[in-house]
Amino acid sequence: MSAYMTGIIIILCLNIIIAYSVFLPAAAGQLNLGAAGFMIIGAYTDAYLSSADEGLGLPIALTIPVAALFTGLVGFLMSFPILRTRGVYMILATFAFAEIVAGIVLNMEIVGGASGFPVTTHTELEVLLPVTVVVVLFGFYLISTRFGLSMRSIHDDENVSLLFGVNTHLVKVGAFTIGAFLGGLAGALYGHQFDYIEVQNWGILFSIYVLLYVLIGGTQTPWGPLVGAMFFTFIPEILRAIGDATGIELFTELRFAAFGVIIVGMMVLRPEGIMTRTFLELLFRKSIPKSNIKLS
Amino acid sequence: MSNVLNLTSVEKSFGGLKVIDNVSFNVKKGSRTALIGPNGAGKTTIFNLLSGIYEVDSGNISLDNNDITQIPARKRINIGMSRSFQNIRLMPHLSTIENVMLGQHHLANSARENFFPLGLIKTNKWAKLAEQSLIEAGLDTYPGQVVSELPYGVQKRIEVVRALVSNPKLLLLDEPAAGLNSTETKELQILLEKASSSGTTLLVVEHDMNFVRNLCQHVVVLNFGRKIFEGTPDEVSRDPQVLEAYLGGNDNNAS
Repeated sequence: MSAYMTGIIIILCLNIIIAYSVFLPAAAGQLNLGAAGFMIIGAYTDAYLSSADEGLGLPIALTIPVAALFTGLVGFLMSFPILRTRGVYMILATFAFAEIVAGIVLNMEIVGGASGFPVTTHTELEVLLPVTVVVVLFGFYLISTRFGLSMRSIHDDENVSLLFGVNTHLVKVGAFTIGAFLGGLAGALYGHQFDYIEVQNWGILFSIYVLLYVLIGGTQTPWGPLVGAMFFTFIPEILRAIGDATGIELFTELRFAAFGVIIVGMMVLRPEGIMTRTFLELLFRKSIPKSNIKLS
Repeated sequence: MSNVLNLTSVEKSFGGLKVIDNVSFNVKKGSRTALIGPNGAGKTTIFNLLSGIYEVDSGNISLDNNDITQIPARKRINIGMSRSFQNIRLMPHLSTIENVMLGQHHLANSARENFFPLGLIKTNKWAKLAEQSLIEAGLDTYPGQVVSELPYGVQKRIEVVRALVSNPKLLLLDEPAAGLNSTETKELQILLEKASSSGTTLLVVEHDMNFVRNLCQHVVVLNFGRKIFEGTPDEVSRDPQVLEAYLGGNDNNAS
């Protein structure tokens, strides 16, 4: 495999994990623009614990899970104020959270402040790839459980879910916390791929992109974040390849403008995301009895 | 016959407006009772008080002789009360069977049940139970379909099935026949009679008097937040006060 392909796959894997971290709260109706914040907490916790020079030099088999769990704990504590907000206000609250995290870390000299922090333990895909597969399987598993059913009912109608005995607050906190855990996991894994972390990697643009992976992919099914992350990872590369082959300006300098047009087009054509339930049923034809297929 | 539900001097105000004024009535165990009244009489407010969405200002509500006035909305399904809604409140992005499974939630609310992969192992007992209830209601052709794509009349009946699978002692139905055609109304009636014969008490808010006459033995009439009459459907349609509430009194100055 060429270094270029390996690089793409690394980015894809990280994108998929962070997409699931935003998808799980989104499936329960929470719009989370704080992906950058969780990524930073995970990356810096892991880097500080594992770095041989300036950190504690602990083995990554320990530091990656600890970093993810610590991020989950922060998410759990933050969920109480954040879940008091809804809709666009939740977007603002989670965005504010990410900015606060970035601000704090920028001013922490122990982790290098604005100059970033080196990560001494390098891994190749042998860690990232299996973890990504497990995260995807976990996403599918969780959505298929009664807990996942509760999440999706809260997304559709919180009050009715409550009347049917769903502990809506617990489920919402749970979804947010698991999302934070996965965000921390993505951050921890990032450091070991790129050997250097800095807060500037994870600004508002990063959080917007991750939310777009999920919204363009679709929040109704666990296929959404997988497809969304692939879409956002591959389309710019495909455009680049077309540009290199043809030399057409639209695909070279204007590559991101073309990508923007594609995103807007997706929003117009598939406002509920690429992978909706109806679309999946069409793909697999699993549950529509023949008598119900409209012949028009 | 004992009562499954007692309302004693229940009152509710929104700001200065008294919406429910000193309402008391009982629902007999196993009965089919209708709650009727003109628009704005407070029928849906009574339902919201019963299901705990609103708190009563004074008076109390008891189910099976236990005072439930202070029990929060989420716990009321555990003590045997379930409801449907005036406007369809199914989960639009869930399939028919998943909506019905939501009705089973309080029966399956242990950690083990919550983390069992229902969607991956499709032959689980909850899915079978849900399918069985759909078959009994004559809705077995739609189990996997997302409900927002189904016809209105079908959605309306799925809502009743969802409320029924929670095995309630008392089923509250808020205008179950509204917007249904005559065939669908008949099917709904059969479904409700079946539920009733298996021991569920029905309390129905409904405007369709034919439906009420066919289904219910007992009728409570509300007007402007007060109970104005209680009796059999035949008595109700003869009562001068009820006629006045619906059609206007003789002494009105409409002209």
